[in-house]
Amino acid sequence: MRRKKDNAWYALFVIPLVYIFTTVVIVPFLIGIGYSFISWDGMPLNEKTFVGMKNFTRIFSDQRFLTSALHTVLFTVISVAVINALGLFFALLVTGKLKIRNVVRTMLFMPYLIGGLILGYIWKFIFTDVFKMIGETTGWNHFFFSWLLNPRYALAAMIIVTTWQMAGYIMIIYINGIQGIPEDVIEAAKVDGAGFWQTLLHIKFPLIMPSFTICLFMTLSNCFKIFDVNVSLTGGGPNNATEMMAMNIYNEIFSLNNYGYGQAKAIIFFIAVASITLIQVAITKKREVEM
Amino acid sequence: MKRLGKFLLQLFVLALCLCYLFPIYIVIVNSFKNRQELYTNMMAPPETFTLEYYVTAMGKMNFMRAFGNSLIVTVVSIAFIVILSSMTAWMLVRYNNRLSRCIFAIFVATMIIPFQTIMMPLMQVMGWIRDTLHIPMLNTLGGLIYMNIGFGASMAVFLYHGFIKAVPVSLEEAATIDGCNKFKVFWKIVFPMLKPTTVTVMILDVIWIWNDYLLPSLAISDKARRTIPLSTASFFGQFTIEWNLAMAGLTLTIIPVIVFYLAAQKHIVKGVAAGAVKL
Repeated sequence: MRRKKDNAWYALFVIPLVYIFTTVVIVPFLIGIGYSFISWDGMPLNEKTFVGMKNFTRIFSDQRFLTSALHTVLFTVISVAVINALGLFFALLVTGKLKIRNVVRTMLFMPYLIGGLILGYIWKFIFTDVFKMIGETTGWNHFFFSWLLNPRYALAAMIIVTTWQMAGYIMIIYINGIQGIPEDVIEAAKVDGAGFWQTLLHIKFPLIMPSFTICLFMTLSNCFKIFDVNVSLTGGGPNNATEMMAMNIYNEIFSLNNYGYGQAKAIIFFIAVASITLIQVAITKKREVEM
Repeated sequence: MKRLGKFLLQLFVLALCLCYLFPIYIVIVNSFKNRQELYTNMMAPPETFTLEYYVTAMGKMNFMRAFGNSLIVTVVSIAFIVILSSMTAWMLVRYNNRLSRCIFAIFVATMIIPFQTIMMPLMQVMGWIRDTLHIPMLNTLGGLIYMNIGFGASMAVFLYHGFIKAVPVSLEEAATIDGCNKFKVFWKIVFPMLKPTTVTVMILDVIWIWNDYLLPSLAISDKARRTIPLSTASFFGQFTIEWNLAMAGLTLTIIPVIVFYLAAQKHIVKGVAAGAVKL
């Protein structure tokens, strides 16, 4: 009797969320796998034809997709390096003995709260009109021109905006790690005659390896999946030069109406994101030291 | 001498931070200028102070409507995420059987699926529910909230699960002996103890839902139901050339974020750190 009652409570507490979650995440994910084997233009009345692995083999000769994959990798590698370097630098600055460290932390973290879409629009104005104006007034127009019209500079602009958004966030995680180092460890190192760099490289860095794991994971997955900044800052242009993978998938499905083929790309995208982040976590976890 | 050096260092760091926030300065000063003044000098403070462009931008973006929609979607989604996820996580921890472990594992594993992998089939499923069950899942705030709950569930359950594992059972057992049913035990005793995690979940979800663009852009097509990111995007689609208006519009969208940040700064920084560290 009691057992039955317990089961009823369990069901009452768990089923609503599990039901919503199933209809929003699980079912779409599973039928998404099915969609990747068909050819369909998205019109409910039009026929869905089974094409087998054709969608997947077609990906490897899709020049636009391969280019966007290459750009995504390039963008991700550089962004992850820059964001983490800057975030770590900020964290060290803010955990120092400065009196104004709280104000500094507040200011540096702010961009993260403004969404990627809005940030992209803000910087669009800077990279086009403000840069052009600086170039015209100072004469340095081989550097200050409309960056978003040049494929290479537009990609650099994407990296700058993403860094601006994420560095403060990554800083917060590194601050947590640095503040978790016991005071006596640092003191002991100082007594043994370790200088600033020695303490940093041989004491602090090894002890904040868990923070490295988290920060690398966060930046890797966020950069690889970048979409909002892409939409508002460059729109994929000029000439699709800054079209990242997420946007390529979006365009394939909703602009070109290749629902089946686009979904096949989405599945490949999922496999790529999952394997990259899991491999990264496995590698960095190994290097964490036990306190 | 040493004190002077320290003072100069602080000044330098502060200047660095101000440079860092320079883009925000640019947006704000240019939101008060007319077109001609904007193009003669983009860096200087405005010559005259006028809210004219704010009024125009507010009208064109339908700002109050969008703000209201964003507020409804964010608050209601988060309320449901907090209530349903904490309840689920509590049961999953307290009845640690094979089913619970399986459900929890699925929640955690699906966190890695990118939204782009689900978006198209999700719209098909929601369309199917609308057509066969006649529940308006698409182009309604309710439908958007429903989808937000589904996407927010994994992380919330994960965070609550980790916290509840460390909460001792003895208090709950005592309450049960006193004749409380599960519902009462949870709301009177367990839920108040989960407050730190609740704050973390709320903060992380506010940042996500308030700024979310892609899901609402797929789910909402009606102008009157646009959230702030959607109305910003459509505004920029039409008025890219009128930068002074655009700057006023952007300032409008940033103001609520900054007010929220200054009001709940401590919680936000803590919540963001806690949420990330537990992952």
